[in-house]
Amino acid sequence: MSRAVSRVREGSGVPLPLLAPAALGVAFLVLPVIGLLVRAPWSSLGSQLTAPGVGQALRLSLVSATIATLLSLLLGVPLAWVLARSRIRGRAVLRALVTVPLVLPPVVGGVALFLVLGRQGIVGSWLDDAFGITIPFTTTAVVIAETFVAMPFLVISVEGALRAADARFEDVAATLGAGRWTTFRRVTLPLVAPGVAAGAVLCWARALGEFGATITFAGNFPGTTQTMPIAVYLALQRDPEAAIVLSLVLLAVSLATLLLLRDRWLGRSGAPL
Amino acid sequence: MSARAWAVGSVVALLLAGCGEATGGDGDRSDGMSGTLTVFAAASLTDAFTDLGDRLVDDHPDLDVQFNFAGSAGLATQIAQGAPADVFASANDTQMAVVTEAGLAASDPVVFTANVLEIAVPAGNPAGISGLADFAREDLTLAVCAPDVPCGEAAEQVFEAAGITAVPDTLEEDVRAALTKVELGEVDAALVYASDVRSAGDAVEDIGFPEAEEAVNEYPICVLAAAPNAEAAQAFVDLVLSDEGQQVLADAGFTVP
Repeated sequence: MSRAVSRVREGSGVPLPLLAPAALGVAFLVLPVIGLLVRAPWSSLGSQLTAPGVGQALRLSLVSATIATLLSLLLGVPLAWVLARSRIRGRAVLRALVTVPLVLPPVVGGVALFLVLGRQGIVGSWLDDAFGITIPFTTTAVVIAETFVAMPFLVISVEGALRAADARFEDVAATLGAGRWTTFRRVTLPLVAPGVAAGAVLCWARALGEFGATITFAGNFPGTTQTMPIAVYLALQRDPEAAIVLSLVLLAVSLATLLLLRDRWLGRSGAPL
Repeated sequence: MSARAWAVGSVVALLLAGCGEATGGDGDRSDGMSGTLTVFAAASLTDAFTDLGDRLVDDHPDLDVQFNFAGSAGLATQIAQGAPADVFASANDTQMAVVTEAGLAASDPVVFTANVLEIAVPAGNPAGISGLADFAREDLTLAVCAPDVPCGEAAEQVFEAAGITAVPDTLEEDVRAALTKVELGEVDAALVYASDVRSAGDAVEDIGFPEAEEAVNEYPICVLAAAPNAEAAQAFVDLVLSDEGQQVLADAGFTVP
């Protein structure tokens, strides 16, 4: 440990073969954002920001992404535990299946959601007949589309954290008489908390940026289903400057949220973010 | 040290290789009609232009015709950003103007076809839609295009002309997205272009309405100033404007401007 510290003092502490690609990586990821900042119409920023619908779309985006993240936590953490700890058969297949939304083009995901939850869908037609509930083109549909696309990010993160966590703590808890549920609650969950937090942040960010599945399954209507990414896309058809402004708003809000959460949740634990 | 230099060098080499690949590969276009012809066209032209492209290749086997079908606004942006295209066919004047005002057109655009709105309903018309007035019914699930895109502008014009206050459930980002929802039976009706209804086949039925004449969408086409293959570009535009081309467009549901 002390040797590592003394090496850091010599310079940045980054081995040169890592430095060049890392710097390229930073440039690659950051330059497009700088491009947005440079091209932003700063003089008309005020009027663009107060344009009707901007606040509405932003609020809908934040609310739906947050609900989608809570849903993902509720379903995804138990699922990650099953994938990492259980001994059920076909786990590998199960893992591949639940990560399909990661590789599925989101628009296809939206069509798939129609086929299950749409008016004519397998479950949706039953919901419609039995309860008169139709999901497409509602805010519920936005949350469902975002959860579908974003939850795998949380599952993968939490599963990774569970695999990296020392299972001997759980064994000790068990030998001390703790039941499985108590062990999960009191030992496992605190152990992987940084992983869960990182997964939740990833999930939230993905849900916030979700476009394809949302516009397909939920459509686009101001106030009920028009999220920021959809507002940005449509603004781009008409007025690229307005699209840049909307993108910057989304960018600023998501960055601020991530920075705040990083401080509060992750502290100095340095969990992957 | 040598390992470091190697690592940096290989990254640079990879980047350079990537760049070379992106700009090269144009093929030979020194003699007559050969090489690659790149046509940027509005998404609604997909079926008709693919057919016309095949016909051009039948006459000129050395020619390779590549299409980029997308929303006109996106295409105009790509052309303005320097995309290597030979021909641009837009679904409206607005987006063609983006290209001509930037001085990127080789000549004045020519209107080559037109499109009118139709009501698209799922096969069998389960909701019993009969005309434009049904778009004011709250009990139906309805889709129209967003006012930001051409088909949405046209929709606003026909509703205004007919004095109807429409109550859509979703403002779709383009015609195809609206049509997909009709095909899946998720909306009772959508307002789309006649050519799109034709391309959807049996899953969708069309209902015409007289107010459609209030919003005829004219399609301009032009050869681009920076066309890498200007000769083939002109040949394609000539084919589109010929009797043969006009017939293909009419079969695809377009109307004569």
